[in-house]
Amino acid sequence: MAQVQVRDVSLGYDNNLLVEHLDFSVNAGDYLCIVGENGTGKSTLMRTLLGLQKPLAGSIEFGDGLKSTEIGYLPQQTDVQRDFPASVREIVLSGCQGRMGLRPFYTKEEKALAETNMERMGISEFAKRCYRELSGGQQQRVLLARALCATRKILLLDEPVAGLDPKVTAELYKQIAELNEEGITIIMISHDIDAAVSYASHILHVADKVFFGTREEYKDSALGRRFLKGGEDE
Amino acid sequence: MTPQEMTLFGKLSLYLSYPFVQYAIIVGVLIALCSSLLGVTLVLKRFSFIGDGLSHVAFGGLAIASVVNLTNEMWLVLPITVLSAVLLLRTGQNTRIKGDAAIAMISVGALAFGYLIMNLFSTSTNLSGDVCSTLFGSTSILTLTQQEVILSAILSVLVILLFIFLYHKIFDVTFDENFAKASGTRVELYNTVIAIVIAVIIVLAMNLVGSLLISALVIFPALSAMRLFRSFKAVTIFSAVFSVVCALLGMLISIIYGTPVGSTIVAVDTVAFLICYAIEFFKGGVSS
Repeated sequence: MAQVQVRDVSLGYDNNLLVEHLDFSVNAGDYLCIVGENGTGKSTLMRTLLGLQKPLAGSIEFGDGLKSTEIGYLPQQTDVQRDFPASVREIVLSGCQGRMGLRPFYTKEEKALAETNMERMGISEFAKRCYRELSGGQQQRVLLARALCATRKILLLDEPVAGLDPKVTAELYKQIAELNEEGITIIMISHDIDAAVSYASHILHVADKVFFGTREEYKDSALGRRFLKGGEDE
Repeated sequence: MTPQEMTLFGKLSLYLSYPFVQYAIIVGVLIALCSSLLGVTLVLKRFSFIGDGLSHVAFGGLAIASVVNLTNEMWLVLPITVLSAVLLLRTGQNTRIKGDAAIAMISVGALAFGYLIMNLFSTSTNLSGDVCSTLFGSTSILTLTQQEVILSAILSVLVILLFIFLYHKIFDVTFDENFAKASGTRVELYNTVIAIVIAVIIVLAMNLVGSLLISALVIFPALSAMRLFRSFKAVTIFSAVFSVVCALLGMLISIIYGTPVGSTIVAVDTVAFLICYAIEFFKGGVSS
């Protein structure tokens, strides 16, 4: 069975219907990019996958041994985080919270896991630094390390490269691709259509007419050709 | 030592030998410690004024309690305040009426009703005196009974223990509520617990500084610590130390010079905050 199975889902909030009849599935090891214009419901879809809100209709199932709490999430930054006094280590460790239940303190294994993931993301040297003093790219790597503490299987990323310069963007894409090669499923919202078709294995294009398929199928589709061409024009 | 210092010292040790002064100092230190603990969380969640909001609710509760002649107001004030706190903080990042507006609404509403009730039904001969001491704390810290001291001490110790056990959860839900929720942390539960703890702290702190000055006790330690330190742990520990030292200093000054306890403590807090601000300005911050 697929890791994530979305069946006939409608999304929206209040009385605002954003998108209807979404059908797609994500298998272990897939790299899915969700693209589309602003306001089409990409972020709402992600919030729904995370269980932060309920779909208006349809069902989302997790299979293949994935529990809904085993998702690693890289959110867009909030105001709170910008002036939060926290060291990098404290933030990465907090990724272990989900598995702790009511247990109040971290175990040795969890601390070791945090160290491993900081090394994996190349941020060990910043462990004691304050999060808000880091650069945008470094901050994203900290949040990625935190997400990796929460999951071994699947990462959901909400526009991870927003506001980063091209060099840092390329590095971050490379790191995410490496994680995918290690077997972690990636679901990413992106505005960057060129990066999406070069890294992703599957594309979900949310618009009036929804497209879901492999990137080759997307490149050949009418929607994909129009969108890719539009991207080049910009 | 000059004779003047000697008399100061003598005066102080004389006062400190009275049990009611000792009680006041014990309770004051415990309350100062408790109120500083959640400061960082409240400041960052944009709930700096929750202290004001809740203490005005507590003031309303106190007014009702005194009108219906309850022997121990705590039993009415505490549940009302806890309930308001839960309602205010429950919805966190996803509210319709934003935190500050909701607090402002509840705060002034409760204040108005409280004063109205007191005015209409109170049998007290010194109404403005009662109101003033509830708002500014005045001398009530020195008139605590042994029973009140024990109750305050028990509640304070509970708050401190709860904070230690929930320390990592509090960090998690403050830093990133959505991530916490997505990775399976029971965010609603912890937000509710945080709200209850805050309500208990507010009711306790009303004894010390009165309801108008409570916010100072909650936010000054956190803001001062955030000037100088860069990790959550360091900020939390420094806040606690800052708060206790300022409260002690404030109480000693107020005993020696006969100034009102609450406002003296808050004045000390303010000066200490300015010192921290200046240190940050000149040093550019101490690392971690």
